[in-house]
Amino acid sequence: MAEVLENKVNLPDVDQLIREQGYDDHFHEHHHGDKYQSGFISKYIFSMDHKIIARQFLITGMIWAVIGGLMSLIFRLQLGFPEENFAWLRPLIGRWVTVNDAGVGTITPEFYYAMVTMHGTIIVFFVLTAGLSGTFSNLLIPLQVGARDMASPFLNMLSYWFFFLSSIVMLLSLFLSTGPFSGGWTAYPPLSALPQASDGSGAGMTMWLVSLTLFVVSVLLGGINYITTVLNLRTKGMSMWKLPLPIWAFFTTAVLGLLSFPVLVSGFLLLFFDRSLGTSFYLSEIFVGGQALDFAGGSPILYQHLFWFLGHPEVYIIILPAMGIVSEVLSVNSRRPIFGYRFMVYSILAIGFLSFIVWAHHMFMSGVNPFISNFFVIFTLIIAVPSAVKVFNWLTTLYGGNIRLTTAALYGIGFVSMFISGGLTGIFLGNSAIDVQQHDTYFVVAHFHIVMGVAAMFGMFAGVYHWYPKMYGRFMNETLGKIHFWGTMIGAYAIFWPMHYIGMAGVPRRYYRFDTFEAFKHFGALNKFMTIAAIIVFACQILFIINFFYSIWKGRKVTSRNPYNANTLEWTTETIVPGHGNWEGNIPTVQRWAYDYNKDEREFIPQYVPVGPDEKDESH
Amino acid sequence: MALTQSGPVNRFGIHPQKFALWAAMGSIVMMFASLTSAYVVRRGAGNWLEYKLPLLFFISTLVLLISSLTLHWSYSSYKKGLELRYKSFLVVTLLLGLAFAVLQYQGWLQLYSYGIELKGNPSGSFFYAISGIHLAHILGGLAALTVAGIHAFGLPFAVSEKRRHRFELVCHYWHFVDVLWVYLLTFMIIQQ
Ligand code: HEM
Ligand SMILES: [Cu+2]
Repeated sequence: MAEVLENKVNLPDVDQLIREQGYDDHFHEHHHGDKYQSGFISKYIFSMDHKIIARQFLITGMIWAVIGGLMSLIFRLQLGFPEENFAWLRPLIGRWVTVNDAGVGTITPEFYYAMVTMHGTIIVFFVLTAGLSGTFSNLLIPLQVGARDMASPFLNMLSYWFFFLSSIVMLLSLFLSTGPFSGGWTAYPPLSALPQASDGSGAGMTMWLVSLTLFVVSVLLGGINYITTVLNLRTKGMSMWKLPLPIWAFFTTAVLGLLSFPVLVSGFLLLFFDRSLGTSFYLSEIFVGGQALDFAGGSPILYQHLFWFLGHPEVYIIILPAMGIVSEVLSVNSRRPIFGYRFMVYSILAIGFLSFIVWAHHMFMSGVNPFISNFFVIFTLIIAVPSAVKVFNWLTTLYGGNIRLTTAALYGIGFVSMFISGGLTGIFLGNSAIDVQQHDTYFVVAHFHIVMGVAAMFGMFAGVYHWYPKMYGRFMNETLGKIHFWGTMIGAYAIFWPMHYIGMAGVPRRYYRFDTFEAFKHFGALNKFMTIAAIIVFACQILFIINFFYSIWKGRKVTSRNPYNANTLEWTTETIVPGHGNWEGNIPTVQRWAYDYNKDEREFIPQYVPVGPDEKDESH
Repeated sequence: MALTQSGPVNRFGIHPQKFALWAAMGSIVMMFASLTSAYVVRRGAGNWLEYKLPLLFFISTLVLLISSLTLHWSYSSYKKGLELRYKSFLVVTLLLGLAFAVLQYQGWLQLYSYGIELKGNPSGSFFYAISGIHLAHILGGLAALTVAGIHAFGLPFAVSEKRRHRFELVCHYWHFVDVLWVYLLTFMIIQQ
């Protein structure tokens, strides 16, 4: 249970301090009556309030997570039970299950590939980018830096609605008669460049491109806003070195997005020219169905460079917000200052920088010059250093702490576990010589699902359980939460751990079935096991969704302003779910860093409390 | 509309909108940096048709440079309260911008008549793609200049901080797409 510690320490009264020391920006005089957010539509739908936008991102992300998760169940069923009769899936997916004369239903290969592709695209972009960084950057940046809202609430609103549009286009593409795009989430040419190359390469790919282009617009609008807000709208006293770690993470994430997504757009534009104007950027002499097409001299590897120049930073765009959230959750719940705050910041920045110069480690087997590969091997392995620094600091923060094992804290610890497991396999893959064997096998699938998929999800869960009171004024149910955690934690390892072994045995990723291959037949039982684990993990997520919606109306009410006895500014607002403008009166000013837990006999000291005369200021 | 929330303390000493514009420019720079590096990589792979750029592209560049100059004059006249100079230089800028777009188009036609087509050898495709994507950014700039024009002629003349700031953003963007083109052209010449 999230035992709410009563405030046993002698703290100055929050309201009084903020009244006396806070900053008066005459906000509520200007915004009297709040004519922009009075109606239902302007308040809940086309809202410009960062907290509503955060909830919009979260709920949309959750819907996509369910859709993306269901897709993975469909292809896992196919892999685990290739001989099974799937006629019962007909009501759900219609003619993508073909039923033969004997009444036995089979999932079509085209549909299998479409599901794998959509699953990847949806989880990477819609769930773990928009759903994670969109939600928490919006919720936490203004509240933790002490701002009334984002720098541009209007662009912020647009950012959500571009994401929404992008979602709609992708959703519609699922209903095309030729099916959605099916060439993998990385959309390599020629499958993505030739409309006639496969069923999904025509209209499906066009919609995929349109959807992702809209998505990039959303990321850019959001990112510009996050960066501007962090740099310009910090409250008085909030120097960069006093920022809580989530803010550093969101900030770096936004910078990565701003610098890498435009490169993806370039790649997409050239792809678009190849598809509709007949240029040969990515296509060379090629035959389709025995017909020679008049493309000449292009190179599909060019696309891979442009894609992975985004693609690798993108995986850090996904993991950095989770890292920031976990740092905060672990520090608050172990009642200890985060260990090595400055090193944490430097590692975030180092990871951000290095993520731009390692992209070709995805292309060791694409025919890039092996001498150039060496360069990428070295920088890839160097990323392990800041990653290890972070892991070390999380463990040290926990070590000897008075840990409150709340669901959020469990997810934080689970995150660290997953990040270690998945990071270690990254070091194998980063060696180009070892990657010759591992590339495009289930080993890679295991690596990135554990280090990115599961870890980032865990970071997101930690954030949702922890900041739920900020969003809805109630707690989520802890018992359900813990069942959810243990089910997901054990289940996720059960799904992905065996993939390392079959990957090492050479089982390639993205194959429709393995039981017909002499070499892979004997993995049948293991494949069944992974599929069953996947179904159980999905069932656990239903618990989460029930818990989430049940708690909005029926959860235990938050009775104090600062339920976790945390130091950061979001817990200083007069009402637990702040209204427009966040603080009713003055904005608190910041006097110290965010991690004064158990310092000088005091259990915690919030950021707005002035540093005493004989006290050490930790932010110097 | 509350387009921008100005904070209690503006810690950077720069207007948030201006900062946001610069961030957006950073994004655009990355986009063209990736296109030009794709060009270098593809060219290095051989099978590359060499050709000379028509003179028209140099004339258009000159026109664009002059338009930046006239926009600068318009802006400084606005600050000094010289209404007529402000308005006329703004109109001249807009016309020069349009002329640039037309000249680019004529340049493409000329290049096409040399036998360098959009399809075919990527050396041509790259040039059309890069200059075309740049032109799209110019069109955005022309739209911004048009809005500035509507402000200039639609509103009664007054020198205010808010209007100066708004105009300044337009100027920054226009100078930016100008410099961007100079970079792109220089790049093409060096590569040839
Ligand atoms: C120590 C750190 C890491 C190293 C050395 C590393 C290395 C690699 C390498 C070499 C590959 C390419 C394997 C192949 O295709 O043959 C790869 C794939 C991948 N990694 Fe990592 N990685 C690390 C951490 C991460 C993290 C933190 C994330 C995400 C949060 C991540 C996400 C991915 C993804 C998504 C792929 C596969 C993409 C695909 O082909 O579909 N990696 N990693
Ligand atoms: Cu990578």
